[in-house]
Amino acid sequence: MDNRRRRQGLRAAVPWIVPVLIIVFWHISTTTGVVAGNILPPPLEVVRSFIHLLENGELARNVGISTQRAVLGFLIGGSIGFLLGLINGVWFKAEHLLDTTIQMIRNIPHLALIPIVILWFGIGEQTKLLLVSLGVFFPIYLNTFHGIRSLDPKLVEMGRVYGYKGVPLYFHVILPGALPSILVGIRQSLGIMWLTLIVAETVAADSGIGYMAMNAREFMRMDIIVLSILLYALLGKLSDSLAKWLEKSWLRWHPNFTRKG
Amino acid sequence: MERTIQGASLQTQGLEKQFGDVTVLKGMELTVEPGEFIAVVGKSGCGKSTLLRLVAGLEMPTSGMARLDGKPVNGINPEARVLFQESRLLPWKRVIENVRLGAPGRDRDRALEALRLVGLEARAQDWPGVLSGGQQQRVALARAIVGHPRLLLLDEPFGALDALTRLDMQKLIERLWAEQHFTVLLVTHDVSEAVALADRVILVEDGRVTLDERIALGRPRLRDSGFAHYENVILKRIMNVTDDTVYPKAKEFQYSI
Repeated sequence: MDNRRRRQGLRAAVPWIVPVLIIVFWHISTTTGVVAGNILPPPLEVVRSFIHLLENGELARNVGISTQRAVLGFLIGGSIGFLLGLINGVWFKAEHLLDTTIQMIRNIPHLALIPIVILWFGIGEQTKLLLVSLGVFFPIYLNTFHGIRSLDPKLVEMGRVYGYKGVPLYFHVILPGALPSILVGIRQSLGIMWLTLIVAETVAADSGIGYMAMNAREFMRMDIIVLSILLYALLGKLSDSLAKWLEKSWLRWHPNFTRKG
Repeated sequence: MERTIQGASLQTQGLEKQFGDVTVLKGMELTVEPGEFIAVVGKSGCGKSTLLRLVAGLEMPTSGMARLDGKPVNGINPEARVLFQESRLLPWKRVIENVRLGAPGRDRDRALEALRLVGLEARAQDWPGVLSGGQQQRVALARAIVGHPRLLLLDEPFGALDALTRLDMQKLIERLWAEQHFTVLLVTHDVSEAVALADRVILVEDGRVTLDERIALGRPRLRDSGFAHYENVILKRIMNVTDDTVYPKAKEFQYSI
């Protein structure tokens, strides 16, 4: 029993071997002077500024506001994408009407809209929300649409035979059938969510992690810049883990997701 | 489960179905007595599956009508249940939940009872994805019979199963039919399956009934000479073999080692 637990602990540690090695290598190369301090600060210095920013509350404030933007933008863009994907997936006329427009907008890189969005909203919250929403909209729209269209029509017919129609048909047959695809969309859009936010906060913000990094550049605070980058890496990993957890708990029936690991 | 339910009678009158320019059924006339076990055989594309889909109310006829107990079929009817070639279980619902779909009021106890009848009550909490093809088809059968249908429509339900599983399924269907007294319409391309199970075998060719053969054999059916006789009669009729068809002559010399 004890042995098994130890083996499980070792298994959980394996994915972190490479990140730890990178930090060790980073530490050695910066403290021995192979890499100069103004190119890359040693890890301990980053830890020190981390503690400092944690103590004066600046870190919590900036991480909080970035997370809030990310979540809000994701909810807005994601729900619009999901609803449109659903409507266009179920209803051919709606697809005929809307899909061309959506595909044209999709092919504009949403970050190219930054100049015009800044002119509209300045560097306020709307700018970030709009860009994040736009970024997460497309993966969720496309995957929801695709998930519904690739649903086996035989299952839908079966659902009808056993008395499902309208909303129950949707909840018992269509939505669960499209869910694997929708979750792929959620995972993709979580990546895009952070990417968009980083760019938006770096270019146009007066708070948030991106702002913290840009502000640090003015004062040549390499340690804070590196800290901000690491924070994004951690937050990204966190949201990806969340998506994985969703897949595992929602797709328990799916043979591809039942492997324990 | 009550055993008193009687099978439904089924009549089709001038039943026709067109898909675009193609007429699949051309005035199909068929009468099935309550509780009868009918097998419909024919080559692929002859219209036998379309007949079943029309009776099930999954498609609407172009003209003519099918009547269930004298009432015209116009849409899906819980008194008639279909078992397809694929099990069509919802993979995201556990076995018991899938069977509950067919139960009146989604009743759990009835679903368990139906699972017991097909011998799978131990798998009630499993996901369909971990069952074998034959087991999935048995779950689908439980889902079809749990609502006490008066007509069971079987659309090549054993087509995707291996030979031994298929024999098991045939026995199971025959047993359930004998216990529950529903009417069965079995669509198949397997003549020996038809002879093994049916009271009457109907041959459909080019959208019409061209042979209606009563199988006067006792049950359970043994694969004896009487069985072979019916099999031959029907197969010959399907393949258009008459006694004067010229066969290539047997070789004059035969070698053996």
